[in-house]
Amino acid sequence: MSKIPLQFRHNGRDVAIFVDGGTNLLVALRELIGDMTPKFGCGQGGCGTCSVLIDGELHLSCLTLAETVAGRSVETLDGMKQGPNLHPLQRAFADHFAAQCGYCTPGMLMAAKALLDRNPAPSRDEVVEAISGNICRCTGYEPIINAILAAAGGRVSA
Amino acid sequence: MTRHRGRGMASINYPIGMNLGGDPSQALVHSNPSGKFTVALSSIDLGQGMKSVTRQICAETLGVPVEDVYVDTADSDTGPHCMGSFASRGTHRVGNAVMAAAREARGVMMEAAAEELEVNAADLETDGRGNIHVKGAPHRSISTKDVAIAAQFKQGKTISGRGIFLVPLSDVDPETGEMSPATCYAHACLVAEVEVDDETGEVAMVRMDSAYELGRALNPRLVEQQLVGGAWMGVSHALYETPEPYYPDPAHGPRDFVEYLMPGPGDICPHDIAVLERPAPDGPFGAKGPGEMCANPVLPAVANAIFNAVGVRIDDLPITPEKVLRAIKSQGGARPQARR
Repeated sequence: MSKIPLQFRHNGRDVAIFVDGGTNLLVALRELIGDMTPKFGCGQGGCGTCSVLIDGELHLSCLTLAETVAGRSVETLDGMKQGPNLHPLQRAFADHFAAQCGYCTPGMLMAAKALLDRNPAPSRDEVVEAISGNICRCTGYEPIINAILAAAGGRVSA
Repeated sequence: MTRHRGRGMASINYPIGMNLGGDPSQALVHSNPSGKFTVALSSIDLGQGMKSVTRQICAETLGVPVEDVYVDTADSDTGPHCMGSFASRGTHRVGNAVMAAAREARGVMMEAAAEELEVNAADLETDGRGNIHVKGAPHRSISTKDVAIAAQFKQGKTISGRGIFLVPLSDVDPETGEMSPATCYAHACLVAEVEVDDETGEVAMVRMDSAYELGRALNPRLVEQQLVGGAWMGVSHALYETPEPYYPDPAHGPRDFVEYLMPGPGDICPHDIAVLERPAPDGPFGAKGPGEMCANPVLPAVANAIFNAVGVRIDDLPITPEKVLRAIKSQGGARPQARR
């Protein structure tokens, strides 16, 4: 099968790669670009840990064909920190013990960022709705919900 | 269609760890020439906080700042033996081993400091900030870093310690055959309130109130995260998760997270937790273990709450809507029980 040339923006930087037809975005990010922050969980859209933003919208990278992001902007957890500083959401996750094993954390943070980017002051129900495509084994979700609400309210340690 | 509220409670008596072969774990502690300490383990931290709590235990026992301790774990090729991270045993078993190792290392450190200060080691104390001084004379002081350097380059000593925790073999009473399989018990009580839909058989969690007695909470925030997350896992076991929904035919087993169900963020409920601290005599600084035991009272409490709500007694986990509905039908409808 011939390779398809693919160009898109990855965390604000232009990237150009060659992909096989049918390659999904998760594989392209992890194996061709070397961005290991989106995780492989179930590979069929059931767990949410591969979540990324495409033009600001939340998508499951395991169910997205890589070639469909041509010319678009893809954001992953790797691009979330602001220079040397953690993003307020990352800070809030740490403060609220919102990660234990950490496997769901990249997807949770991307889902939370997608929410706060379009709705900076969400209700608790809106936060629950925003992360309802993401499974967490360890925390019972409560610390994650509290962290996102704290980040939205600006109640995050420096 | 009616939704019935029900409330159920359960109490548990939870033996920490297991008893097989004495359930041992080992730890090694040594200082580096920088005066920092490394704890070598092969115990796994799955995110529950094993590294944090063993670091605290080591620092407290050595009498040095927690920043000066590094825990190197999870490599069973290079770390000393551990039975594993399960059965709420990490803090208690591994913590005790770390404490023993740190105590031995502290003894060598104090001897090395005594040689430098030309005093008797029994007259020395640590200040917890990285210094060792003569009791009552804090100006006669040496830093742990300088002690480590002197031990390494001058005295030719290794500031190190070995530790193991092994549950003592229980005697058997010749009259009754009675013995004690465990040395340390944690306790919990949990009240669950549920809402059961008698048309669909669905069970929704309304709220939980619990009290956990787990010895001394060495790191209260880590204890809280275990209790919050563990209760959720208990709900998941009670109502959702099974690899064998139609046992024993594996053909009907779940294939993915769409079929292997777990509660999502919309299925959780308020949970009010009280932590009771009764230090364990044989725990490191009185700690027992808040791991596995935090999920356990949830399952019977939820089963009891469902009985209270609709009068059906399901003794087969998980309590799926199908099982609830079949039980309600076979008894001719929901029979809410009295609520106290």
